[in-house]
Amino acid sequence: MTQSHRLASGGRIDRSKAVRFTFDGHSFDGFAGDTLASALLAHGVHLMGRSFKYHRPRGPIAAGSEEPNALIQLDDGNGRTDPNTRATVIELFAGLRAESQNRWPSLERDVGVINDLFSPMFPAAFYYKTFMWPKSWWESVYEPFIRAAAGLGHAPTMADPDRYAHRHAHCDLLVVGAGPAGLAAALAAGRKGGRVILVDENNALGGSLLNDADGPLEAWLAEVSSELAGLDHVTVLTRTTLTAYYDHNYLTALERITDHTGLVDGKSPRQRLWRIRAGRVVLATGAIERTLVFAGNDRPGVMLASAARTYLHRYAVLVGRTPLIFTNNDSAYRAALDMRAAGTSIAAIVDIRSNPQGALIDAARGDGIRIHTGSVVVGTDGRHRVHQASIARIGADGRLSETLGRPLACDCVLMSGGWNPNVSLFSQGRGRLRFDDALAAFVPDRAMQAVECAGACAGTMTTAGALSEGAEAGGGGIDLPAVEDIVEGPLQPVWAVPSDRTGSRPKAFVDFQNDVTAKDLGIAVREGMVSIEHVKRFTTTGMATDQGKTSNVNALAIVAGQLDAAIPAVGTTTFRPPYTPQTFGAIVGSGRGRLFDPVRKTPMHGWAEANGAVFEDVGNWKRARYFPRPGEDMHGAVQRECMQVRETCGLMDASTLGKIDIQGKDAREFLNRVYTNAWMKLAPGKCRYGLMLRDDGFVFDDGVTACIADDHFHMTTTTGGAPRVLAWLEDLSQTEWPDLEVYFTSVTEQWATMTISGPNAREVLAPLVSEDISTDALPHMAWMEATVAGVKGRIFRISFTGEVSFEVNVPAGYGQSVWEAIVERGKVRELCVYGTETMHVLRAEKGYIIVGQETDGTATPFDLGMDWIVSAKKPDFIGKRGLERPDLKAADRKQLVGLLTKDPDMVLEEGAQVTASDRITIPMPMIGHVTSSYMSSNCGRSIALAMVRGGHALNGRTLHVPQLDGSVVDVTVTGTVFFDIEGARIHG
Amino acid sequence: MQRYSIVSIARNALTGHRNWQRAWRSPEPKPSYDAVIIGGGGHGLGTAYYLAKEHGLTNIAVLEKGWLGGGNTGRNTTIIRSNYLYDESAALYDHAVKLWEGLSQELNYNTMYSPRGVMMLAHNVHDVQVFKRHIYANRLNGVDNEWLTPEQAKAYCPPLDIRRDARYPVMGAALQRRGGTARHDAVAWGYARGADALGVDIIQNCEVTGIRRDGDKVIGVETMRGYIQAPKVGVVAAGNTTVVMDMAGVRMPLESYPLQALVSEPVKPVFPCVVMSNTVHAYISQSDKGELVIGAGTDQFTSYSQRGGFHIIEHTLEAILELFPVFSRMRMLRQWGGIVDVTPDRSPILAKTPVRGLYVNCGWGTGGFKATPGSAHTFAHTIARDEPHPINAPFTLERFRTGRLIDEAAAAAVAH
Ligand SMILES: Cc1cc2nc3c(=O)[nH]c(=O)nc-3n(C[C@H](O)[C@H](O)[C@H](O)COP(=O)(O)OP(=O)(O)OC[C@H]3O[C@@H](n4cnc5c(N)ncnc54)[C@H](O)[C@@H]3O)c2cc1C
Repeated sequence: MTQSHRLASGGRIDRSKAVRFTFDGHSFDGFAGDTLASALLAHGVHLMGRSFKYHRPRGPIAAGSEEPNALIQLDDGNGRTDPNTRATVIELFAGLRAESQNRWPSLERDVGVINDLFSPMFPAAFYYKTFMWPKSWWESVYEPFIRAAAGLGHAPTMADPDRYAHRHAHCDLLVVGAGPAGLAAALAAGRKGGRVILVDENNALGGSLLNDADGPLEAWLAEVSSELAGLDHVTVLTRTTLTAYYDHNYLTALERITDHTGLVDGKSPRQRLWRIRAGRVVLATGAIERTLVFAGNDRPGVMLASAARTYLHRYAVLVGRTPLIFTNNDSAYRAALDMRAAGTSIAAIVDIRSNPQGALIDAARGDGIRIHTGSVVVGTDGRHRVHQASIARIGADGRLSETLGRPLACDCVLMSGGWNPNVSLFSQGRGRLRFDDALAAFVPDRAMQAVECAGACAGTMTTAGALSEGAEAGGGGIDLPAVEDIVEGPLQPVWAVPSDRTGSRPKAFVDFQNDVTAKDLGIAVREGMVSIEHVKRFTTTGMATDQGKTSNVNALAIVAGQLDAAIPAVGTTTFRPPYTPQTFGAIVGSGRGRLFDPVRKTPMHGWAEANGAVFEDVGNWKRARYFPRPGEDMHGAVQRECMQVRETCGLMDASTLGKIDIQGKDAREFLNRVYTNAWMKLAPGKCRYGLMLRDDGFVFDDGVTACIADDHFHMTTTTGGAPRVLAWLEDLSQTEWPDLEVYFTSVTEQWATMTISGPNAREVLAPLVSEDISTDALPHMAWMEATVAGVKGRIFRISFTGEVSFEVNVPAGYGQSVWEAIVERGKVRELCVYGTETMHVLRAEKGYIIVGQETDGTATPFDLGMDWIVSAKKPDFIGKRGLERPDLKAADRKQLVGLLTKDPDMVLEEGAQVTASDRITIPMPMIGHVTSSYMSSNCGRSIALAMVRGGHALNGRTLHVPQLDGSVVDVTVTGTVFFDIEGARIHG
Repeated sequence: MQRYSIVSIARNALTGHRNWQRAWRSPEPKPSYDAVIIGGGGHGLGTAYYLAKEHGLTNIAVLEKGWLGGGNTGRNTTIIRSNYLYDESAALYDHAVKLWEGLSQELNYNTMYSPRGVMMLAHNVHDVQVFKRHIYANRLNGVDNEWLTPEQAKAYCPPLDIRRDARYPVMGAALQRRGGTARHDAVAWGYARGADALGVDIIQNCEVTGIRRDGDKVIGVETMRGYIQAPKVGVVAAGNTTVVMDMAGVRMPLESYPLQALVSEPVKPVFPCVVMSNTVHAYISQSDKGELVIGAGTDQFTSYSQRGGFHIIEHTLEAILELFPVFSRMRMLRQWGGIVDVTPDRSPILAKTPVRGLYVNCGWGTGGFKATPGSAHTFAHTIARDEPHPINAPFTLERFRTGRLIDEAAAAAVAH
């Protein structure tokens, strides 16, 4: 196909590089420097998509990121598919494959247009009023139908082959937008030596200058660009959209790195998310032209006047050969003049104003262009492309007076409803807006952060003004090129252009993508939606993927008109981040897979892996759960490990336990306040088990703390609780007791911790230790400095198995070698290495609790049968007052008990509920639940722990555990210790 | 009230939709009412509706400082489920689910309750224990909840990644089939329209600035539009509850945190249900419009500003991509935050207060949308009769003094 609408010369495209691409399977060519939209328009193709609700044929109305209509599915066939991508910002590359969306079977023949025919039945928010009968149909018929019809493109179904990067940056000044104002700001600040970041979503610097014919500023643009590039402390980022403006001048920007190349080398990331902390921000984000709301304003070929100029100057593309211009202001006259100069024949300029005056109007008249003043377009015709427009005269009262003869033939309608300063980011940063009557638009008013607006973004619509405001915002002191701006006359807003066409067919769109018409806004207001936020939600105006960039002010104004209120009284809707949709992958960056949440591994992890351990996730740790021998399943391995520990001895990696080094002259006093038991007398060399409560009296964490010196303690916590406990201690020390001198350091990762446990533990360990570890030298609940396998460390006599146990701590780096030495030496006594599952069983056999398993944040020490650990004498400790509350002393609280199933082989499921009755009735009163349950080969039967209402008084009673299959298991209540009830073994 | 139906739409189509009536009036506040409700969110509007409908109290007003549903009601991710652990919660939330099931018909307003199933993922041994405990308890309470293997979970939600070598592999899931979503705006608007039709004055842009007491009883409220006398005042102000209750001199056991959510651009149906994961911290569903609706966790710091930190969004999306790597190229269209009021036991307060005639409905935290009809229904009972409905009776303010907590957060516990 030939590029029928491409001019022979001009534009910022590279004609030496032809680029082939496909659209809906058809092959086209364009040039490097084109966008998908400009290349299709060069072929005379306007029809690029279908609207959301009515499936109306649509073409692009804009040339930038504000485009609501021309949404495309990109798909390279290898997992790179991107729905809803704006054709106006897709830079062309060879082999690009684009598909239109939301149509079936094809863009030209889409059966969805039936919705358009029935559109009278689908006014705004119709779905709230119907689909309620018959009731069951909502779920089975209506909703599936609505869902299938909704949505635009297709979500990817394959894993994303690309990767994404993050960059954190700081700067003195962040300039957003590289038009005249932004460039001047960046240059002024850059010359002064400050760290400057300049971002622009375009592929080149220049902003609005790129959309113009070679102008007087072309040379300046080139100079400034090269000067900025040469300044080390200035970072210039093109293809980078400032996406969000958060608090404290924290902003994010999305840089597109490979999207425009189509090349995937696997090395460069696809996109990079910049997270910028800026001293000051200059927003030079320009202005966005408004559409006019008139009947038939969505027909392909109808577009913003400025977009037509951009296609002409930047891409050398004529969007039509007989343009009709429809405007309420002077700026669109430029489009008429330029299109005329490019050789098209202007059908007419239709100007709402009755008596427009000024240089541009004179120039148009001078060119012989027909101008219909005091007139409006009241309708357009054409199926997939506009081919004529009807015009009528409009009076000062806003009513139509006479229709102008026959419709005018045209192949595009270039509209301009005035300009909105692009205040999205200013508003995201909480800046307040003010309505400017002259511009008939919102402009920045009061900033809430260190930010200034410059140029069109600030409502300054001249180039000279933009340059000087920009320079000033950047710190001033630079010479600016002289530019003369043509003085433009005032605009005359007519927010909803009346139409004389009758029936429901002529639609005047406000939000193009979501198919919201002026009439829909009327319905919303009529139904009492007086807040603009209600109108927005009721009609979905401004909720489409363009977030209302071209439509919001029109919607507001139309609603104000309906309510007979001033526009600012109706308010402005909130602009929410991001400015344009932002790829999930880019937000996440490298935080995927293994890096999603860092995996923590113990110093002995490698050994465990090499020895066949099966791991479980506990917090972000990987812990060895069991060590199966060939042919063993978990059950088999755990039973073997359990028996071996009690028969001879076992070794377990306990390095994940939280360890906090506590120092300071008040360390002891501090411990005394956070634990429930007494700590004032614990001597150096001794350890003690402690229970921590939250201030509400419920168990929070537990662990053994050793006294290293009078002012120095080594605390251990549960694995998962470690960060929480440290934060809690810091919180208490910094906010509650700042008078106490005490310091906390997490040393979890400094120490490798291994527990050797069992009747032969000492025999295995002693030869490796230089010091005496006999019971006399190192009794239960004592610790000592020791050299183990040549490594200096600490040995604690503490036990979580009920057997004689030594907890060896050595510096992490030596962990594996000491571990291997113990394993090697253990061979004499058939030492077995065991994991967390066996640890769980062994401690349950002894009735030791696991915080987080037996407790769930509603258990007191008394519930757990641990009255002994709560000091009655201490004047206070955290949780003491909480424990005083009546309900925490009630007799019918859930209490920890043991349960034995009548059938010794039956292992209850953890989480199963306990009932008093064996007759299931729904709802059924429940009196407790199983917290731990295992097959215990040491006991020769299954055992379970449970929290049961009033359980301490139920010893010997039969209770019931209903199963999910409807059966009921009988259980007997017992004490919580199942093995070595006298507790003799631990001291051995 | 003008009835809505396909027929009424057709009839109005003939007149170009010019004859729709206002869904609710916009009355001037009267100097006195039998009761006023502070807060025009779903819970407040629903309370007014049931007060009028079931208790014949029609000389009442809802006072909203902004626009109806503009608080958390209009900001939430609309997940509905009732598979809570404790009997008290299960009863309350299940009462709500039962009302959800008939709400569109009750209000003659399509609230789009869509029971597409809520699936909660278990990622470690501890999660499995916790979910099993819920399932056992729910079954005996008559609340549906079932255990799925990873393969069954994948079959229920095809985009789910169940690779065993994932950072946090899916070890199974708890599925409540009656769980799902509803349309948040429709809930506020449907209740508003229903209440208005019964004579309730719904007054927007009317911030309450003070609560007047006479000794230990309430007598009225100061508002931006003047003083309004009322012997009964119901406070339903979500994230602002502490501020409003302060006006009556009542200190609340609440902390207010920003909670954020986001949506993607709309796409054709890809996501059939609701998936939640507490361990990796994310939840997701797809709206009828086609947007993926994604919820994040609360910020760590208390705040009244309806904005949260970007790192929370980042972490949430990390979690989403961990579970659904295919969504990596999807794009975030919009993000926002609301302020949620959190109690120490993460269960709501639906109760009388130490001030006579003053009632409070708050503490829904991150999850009160699902309860809207049930909360409103029982709260209306509490206000009308000056005593709680049996279902909300346990949700007192007193429980934080007595220790009789309903600790759903503890029930979900934490990894050991
Ligand atoms: C991001 C997010 C996601 C959520 N996701 C879910 C979810 O998936 N499922 C779920 O069940 N719940 C969810 N929630 C929680 C849910 O939104 C709330 O629990 C619920 O909507 C609260 O309803 P409400 O009517 O009590 O409060 P709101 O809707 O907040 O209404 C309170 C109203 O009180 C008004 N008000 C406050 N002060 C005054 C005053 N002085 N005078 C007059 N009026 C006042 C406010 O303007 C507001 O309109 C989520 C919340 C957020 C923020």
